[in-house]
Amino acid sequence: MNQEQKFLPRHDLDRLLQQLKEESYNCLGPVVRDGAIQYLPITDSSDLPAGVELDQVPAAYQLEFTDGDRLFNWSNGPQALKPLLFRPRENIWQVQRDSSGNLAFSQADESVEPTAVIGVRACDLAALELQDRHFLVPGAEDPHYKKRRDSLLLIGVDCSQPSDTCFCVSTGDGPDLRSGFDLAMTELEDGFVLRAGTKRGQKILDALNLSAATETQLQQVAIQSEQATARQRRLLPDAGVQKLLLQRPEHPHWQNVAERCTACGSCTSVCPTCFCFSEHSETNLDASVSQQVREWSSCFIPNHSNSHGHPVRADIASRYRQWLTHKLAGWQEQFGRSGCVGCGRCISWCPVGIDITQEVNKLVEDTG
Amino acid sequence: MSEQARPKVAVHKFSSCDGCQLALLNMGDDLLALSQLVDIVHFAEAGPVDEEQEVDIALVEGSISTPEDIERINGIRQRSKYLISIGACATSGGLQALRNMADTDNWVRSVYPRPDYLSVLDQSSPIADLVQVDLELWGCPVNSGQVIAALRDLLSGVTPRVDVQPVCMECKRQGVVCVMVSRNEPCMGQITRAGCGALCPSHGRGCYACYGPAEQVNSRAVSEHFIEIEVPVEEIRVKFGSINSNAPAFKRARDS
Ligand code: SF4
Ligand code: SF4
Ligand code: SF4
Repeated sequence: MNQEQKFLPRHDLDRLLQQLKEESYNCLGPVVRDGAIQYLPITDSSDLPAGVELDQVPAAYQLEFTDGDRLFNWSNGPQALKPLLFRPRENIWQVQRDSSGNLAFSQADESVEPTAVIGVRACDLAALELQDRHFLVPGAEDPHYKKRRDSLLLIGVDCSQPSDTCFCVSTGDGPDLRSGFDLAMTELEDGFVLRAGTKRGQKILDALNLSAATETQLQQVAIQSEQATARQRRLLPDAGVQKLLLQRPEHPHWQNVAERCTACGSCTSVCPTCFCFSEHSETNLDASVSQQVREWSSCFIPNHSNSHGHPVRADIASRYRQWLTHKLAGWQEQFGRSGCVGCGRCISWCPVGIDITQEVNKLVEDTG
Repeated sequence: MSEQARPKVAVHKFSSCDGCQLALLNMGDDLLALSQLVDIVHFAEAGPVDEEQEVDIALVEGSISTPEDIERINGIRQRSKYLISIGACATSGGLQALRNMADTDNWVRSVYPRPDYLSVLDQSSPIADLVQVDLELWGCPVNSGQVIAALRDLLSGVTPRVDVQPVCMECKRQGVVCVMVSRNEPCMGQITRAGCGALCPSHGRGCYACYGPAEQVNSRAVSEHFIEIEVPVEEIRVKFGSINSNAPAFKRARDS
């Protein structure tokens, strides 16, 4: 890819959105709704969260409204790209019975339109890559996921304001975009430095016909990145150390977490890499139509480990242990890397504020 | 259950507000479809009254709170192949079980001019305390979608699916922004059984626990967090002691 960086003045941002529309993309971007930043449909740049800043700490997410101009001066929202691709709940196939009793099976066929998502973060993209590896195993692709994945164009933004809960530096996934984007932006005071990551991204960049970013602007990008990196305080031990969890199933600290954890499943639901689901059928009253429904599941809920009608992991300690050891150690065997990308969502959205980095550090600090 | 002999269904009422029967009436078209599939022989709120018939499926609303109730529920159990208790009153004892924490005699004397006309037990009890219950559908009121799903499963000869996951799971699947995290609203969703579709959180309010305790109830963790976000202790007690105050997991939490 041609790594040439271009500059898009702030007042020209709508040209980018216009270009996406001309290329028939629906645009999703960060929008403030119900006190949080969410990826929702946008029509122009006035829908974006100008001046919005964000304070995230364990169990608290608080937006702050300033009169600044920056649109991306916050870290992340309650969900990454996961719900756009791996739907929280969807029909995957159905069966219909006609009047003579014959059954007809059909796959659910959702129509999907090309969609551009603006404002995607480095951790979102790292997580997406892991989800891709799970749902797009060659030869066994999930057709529902794949269709939606193929329709996405991803426009990322380098993080300038990581939250207190962010630790992507220690997982090696941020705060700058590394890969997985079509187009990347760095927001500066008066505009955006743009670089393409794919041919599709390059095409859009070329169509905008922008001048090259100046030396000063590139320096500002570098300084901003250093500052964002330096802001992060939380640390997850490196992948080799994470593997130690597998050797510590009897560590007393599992019980300590279990005393604070409510097994609500919020952490796995907001985690952009968690992929567990369950399926069941929903039949209408006269049994003429039955839908096969797939929905997000969690290792914290009872039927996740059901075997012969009983949960194998019956208590909270064993469920939390399952979550952490699978995510941090088991994934390394499955996917060649830890399943945590440092987004911090499980910390801020845990209703009782359990902090994965603290718990892991406790579990690996001594010999158990 | 063959085509010719349609299964018989009865809807019984004990101490309750009738809200669950109303939830059944609110099924709309599904109620018509149901009436084509089964014979509804007893459903006072809807019309047919014949409590004495033997039935395949009995839906029971309300709690047991008078000596007469005990006799009735025993009879109903004997005449019903499959018994489903529906709603908070039938599954936990309901709002009226608040009196389980008080001196019933005293209350009766202070409220009624002629307390001798009344004959009440001093506890309001869930159906399962008296007779064997085959399926419990919680909620205040019960969700008619859950009743339909259970009936359909029974008509198909499969065991009804029981959902004991917490409300948080439904909340997250619907993309509701957690009210506890974003607005400090004390929410019982973490330890409350799903089934309502996260109704309160999706309207910006904390969950009231009307679907009763989830499978895991770490009440201490929740209470300690409520204290941290400055919810007064008395208010926390009320959270565990309202609609489902008599559910064992909530009762234990309140007493501790
Ligand atoms: S760690 Fe927090 S979010 Fe996860 S299940 Fe436990 S209480 Fe819920
Ligand atoms: S484990 Fe927590 S911090 Fe790591 S990716 Fe999942 S939600 Fe983000
Ligand atoms: S609003 Fe309540 S039910 Fe929803 S995720 Fe938060 S704590 Fe759970």
